[in-house]
Amino acid sequence: MLEHLDLTKLIFGRLSWDAIPFHEPILLGTFIMVALGGLTVLALLTKFRLWGPLWRDWITSIDHKRIGIMYMILGVVMLLRGFADALMMRAQQALSFGDATGFLPPHHYDQVFTAHGVIMIFFVAMPFVTGLMNYIVPMQIGARDVSFPFLNNFSFWMTTFGAVLVMASLFVGEFARTGWLAYPPLSGILGSPDVGVDYYIWSLQIAGVGTLLSGVNLIATIVKMRAPGMTLMKMPVFTWTALCTNVLIVAAFPVLTAVLALLSLDRYVGTNFFSNDLGGNAMMYVNLIWIWGHPEVYILVLPCFGVYSEIVSTFCGKRLFGYTSMVYATVVITILSYLVWLHHFFTMGSGASVNSFFGITTMIISIPTGAKIFNWLFTMYKGRIRFEVPMLWTIGFMVTFVIGGMTGVLLAVPPADFVLHNSLFLIAHFHNVIIGGVVFAVFAAINFWFPKAFGYKLDSFWGKCSFWFWLVGFYLAFMPLYVLGLMGVTRRLSHFEDPSLQIWFQVAALGAVLIALGIGSFIIQLVVSYLRRDQLRDTTGDPWNARTLEWSTSSPPPDYNFAFTPVVHDNDAWADMKKNGYQRPQQGFVAIHMPKNTAAGFVIAALSAAMAFGLIWQMWLLAGLGFVATLVAIIVHTFNYKRDYYIPADEVVRVEAARTRQLATAHV
Amino acid sequence: MSKSHTASAGLAGASAGSNPSSRYYVLEHHPENGTLLGFWLYLMSDCLIFACLFATYAVLGRSYAAGPSGAELFDLPLVAVNTSLLLLSSITYGFAMLEMQKKRLNSTIAWLLVTGVLGAGFLSLELYEFAHLIHEGAGPQRSAFLSSFFTLVGTHGLHVSFGLVWLVTLVFQLKRHGLNAANRRRLQCLSMFWHFLDVVWIGVFTFVYLMGVLP
Repeated sequence: MLEHLDLTKLIFGRLSWDAIPFHEPILLGTFIMVALGGLTVLALLTKFRLWGPLWRDWITSIDHKRIGIMYMILGVVMLLRGFADALMMRAQQALSFGDATGFLPPHHYDQVFTAHGVIMIFFVAMPFVTGLMNYIVPMQIGARDVSFPFLNNFSFWMTTFGAVLVMASLFVGEFARTGWLAYPPLSGILGSPDVGVDYYIWSLQIAGVGTLLSGVNLIATIVKMRAPGMTLMKMPVFTWTALCTNVLIVAAFPVLTAVLALLSLDRYVGTNFFSNDLGGNAMMYVNLIWIWGHPEVYILVLPCFGVYSEIVSTFCGKRLFGYTSMVYATVVITILSYLVWLHHFFTMGSGASVNSFFGITTMIISIPTGAKIFNWLFTMYKGRIRFEVPMLWTIGFMVTFVIGGMTGVLLAVPPADFVLHNSLFLIAHFHNVIIGGVVFAVFAAINFWFPKAFGYKLDSFWGKCSFWFWLVGFYLAFMPLYVLGLMGVTRRLSHFEDPSLQIWFQVAALGAVLIALGIGSFIIQLVVSYLRRDQLRDTTGDPWNARTLEWSTSSPPPDYNFAFTPVVHDNDAWADMKKNGYQRPQQGFVAIHMPKNTAAGFVIAALSAAMAFGLIWQMWLLAGLGFVATLVAIIVHTFNYKRDYYIPADEVVRVEAARTRQLATAHV
Repeated sequence: MSKSHTASAGLAGASAGSNPSSRYYVLEHHPENGTLLGFWLYLMSDCLIFACLFATYAVLGRSYAAGPSGAELFDLPLVAVNTSLLLLSSITYGFAMLEMQKKRLNSTIAWLLVTGVLGAGFLSLELYEFAHLIHEGAGPQRSAFLSSFFTLVGTHGLHVSFGLVWLVTLVFQLKRHGLNAANRRRLQCLSMFWHFLDVVWIGVFTFVYLMGVLP
C-alpha cells in the first residue's frame, strides 16, 4: 500500500483531479472553446493532408523567413490571450464598486493580471520583435540565412514551449498570483506554496534560453554575414537597432536566468536568498530582476525605432535624416539602459545620493530618444509623404510616444515617484510607451513587410480601421488611468469603495472595447486581404518603392533570398541600385549552398518542456527522464555532421526565370 | 576584408562583360563562419550568470545567521589541491590543442583524456567538500551565506560536469571523424569553455575561499 502511494507520488507529483478547474465556469468555457477550436484545426489538417507539409516546411524548417513568420503567428495568438486578460481586468474594475464584487474572485483576478503582464512582454512583444528581426535582418544585410540556422529553429521552439506552459497553467493548475515580476517573499514557498510561481519560473526559463540563443545568433549574423561593401555605417537602421537589441539580450537575459534560478532554489531546496529569515534579502531579487527588466524594455523598443526609421524614409521618399546621429543615439540608449534600473524602486530607501544618480541617468535617456524623434520629423520635413497604413501607425507613434516619454521623465524625479510609485499613473505610463512604441511598430511593420513575406499587400481599408480603433481606444483606455493615478489609486486592485472613481474606469473599459475592435479589424484585414490576394498581388518585389536590400528580391523571396550576393556601395543600397539603373542578372546562376532542415530543435525543446512540466508538478520521474532525454537528444544531434546541401543550379535558373516572367507582367 | 570582396566583385564584372549592374553583385560569396564568435558571445553571457552569483555572494556572504562562517568551515589545503587539479587540466588541454595543430589524432585524444581525469578529480574533491559541509550541518539551507556559497561553487561544478560530458562526447566524435574542420572547431570551443571555467575558478578561489577565511 505504502509502496503504491509512493509510486503515485513519483509519477504524478502534486497533480491530481483537483488541479483541473471544473468549478470555474469562465475557465471551463474557455477550455471547451479551445478544445473545440483545436480539434477543428486538427481535423482540417488531417482532411487536407497538411501534416506532412506542416512538419517538413514549417516545424523542422531552419529557413529564417519561415521561422520569422512562425514567431509572428505565435505573437498574434498570444496577443489574443493576453488581450482577453486585459478585457477581463477592465471589465472587473469597471463593475466592482461598493456592494458589487464584479465577476472575478481575487484569487482569479490576481492570476489574470500576472498572466497579462507575463504574456504581453514575453510571449507577445518578444516573439513579435524577434520575428521581425529574424525575417528582415538577413535580407537587409544581403545574407541567405542566419549564422546558426539550427539554433534559430531551436530558439523558436523553446519560446513556443514556454508559451505552451503558460497556456497549460490555465487549464491544469493555476498561474502565479504575484504580478509579472514575482517579487519575493510573496513568490517564495511560504507566500505561494502552489504551482503558480513554478509555472512562471519554468516557462520563463525555457523561453529565456531561446531568446538568449537567438540573440547570440543574430549578433553573429550581423557581424559576420553582411554583404560585401556593407560597412557598419552603411547598415540599414533597422539592422543597427537589431544589433543593439541583441547585444542587450545577450547582456541582460543571463541575469533573468540567474535570478529565477535563485528563486527556484529558495522554493525547491529551501535556500535563503530572498527569505525573511536566516540572512536572506528580498531586495536582492528586486535589484537583479530589474537589472534584466530595464534593458528588456529597450530590447523591445529599439527594433521598433528601426521599423519607424525604415518606414519614415520609405514613405517620405527620402534618405533618413541624421543617419549617423540615429546610430549613435541607439548605441547610447543601449549603454544607458543598464544604468537606470533602480528607478523602478526609488521607494526601496537607498538614500538621496543613489536615487539622484538613477533619477539623472533616467532623464538623460530622453536626450538620445528625443534626437530620434527630431530625426524622424526632419525626414518628413519637405518629404513627399504617402499616408499609407504603415505611415499612419508611425505618426500615431510619434505623438503617443512623446506623451509617454514625458510622463516617464516625470516619474524619474524621485520625490514625484514617491507619490506615484505603483499607482495607475505608472500603469498608464508604461502602456503609453509600450503600446505607442512597440505595438504600433509591430502593426506598422506587419503592414509594411507583409507583401514581402506573402506576395500580396494587406487591405488598406481594414488597416485604417484597425489603426483608428487602436489609437482612439488607447487614449480612452489609458488617459483615465493617468487621472486615477494622480488621485492616488494603486495598481492591481480588484475592488473599489469610492463610487466617484467609477466613471473613469468605465471610460477606460470603453477604450479597451475600442482596442478590441482594432484587433478585430486586424484579423478581418488578414482574411479580407487573403480573399482579395489576386488584386493586391505584388509582382515587383518592391511595392512601396522602398530603399533597403530586402526589396530587391521577389515577394515572397526564394529560399536562397538572393541568387547572387549583392554588393553594397551606399546607405539604402536598393535605392542606390535603382537610381543607377541596376538590371537584375538573368544568367550565370550557380548551385547555392544552404542549411538542411532538422527535427532536432523541435524534439529538444519538447523534451525540455516535458522536464519543466515534471519540475512544476514535482513529478520527479518525468523531470528526471526529461532531463536525461534532453541531454541525450542534444548529444545525438551533435553526431549529425551532414547539415547542409546544395540547391542545384538548374533549380535556381528555374526560380529566377519565373521571377523574370513575373516582373514582365508587372511592367505591362 | 571588404577589399578582397570588392576585388572579386570586379572579377565578376569582368566575367559578365561591361554590364554596369555587375558592380552590384558577386558571383560567389562565402560569408565567414561565425561559430567561434557565437561561442565567445555565449561564454560572455555565461560569465554574466557568474557575475550575478558573485554579486549575490558579495551581498549575502557575511550573512551567517548565527551559523558557521567561512573562516570556520573552509579547508584551504583541500581547496589548494582542488585548484591545482583544475589549473593543471587547463595546461593539459593546451597540450591537446598543440597536438591538434600538429594533426596528431591519438595524442590529442590522450591529452583530452588526461584533462578529463583531472577535471573528474576536481569534481570529486568538490563533492567531498560539499558532503562534508552538509554532514556538519552547514548545508545550503543553514544561512544566506551558505546558500550563496553552495550556489556559486555548485554552478561552477555543474559547468565542469557538463564540460566533462562534452569532452567524452568529443572523444567519440574524434575517433569517428578524425581532425576534420568541424571537429577542430569543436575542440576550440571546448578549449575556450574549459579555460573560461578556469578563470571563473580563480575568481571563486580568491573571492570566496581566500577572502572568506579572513576574519
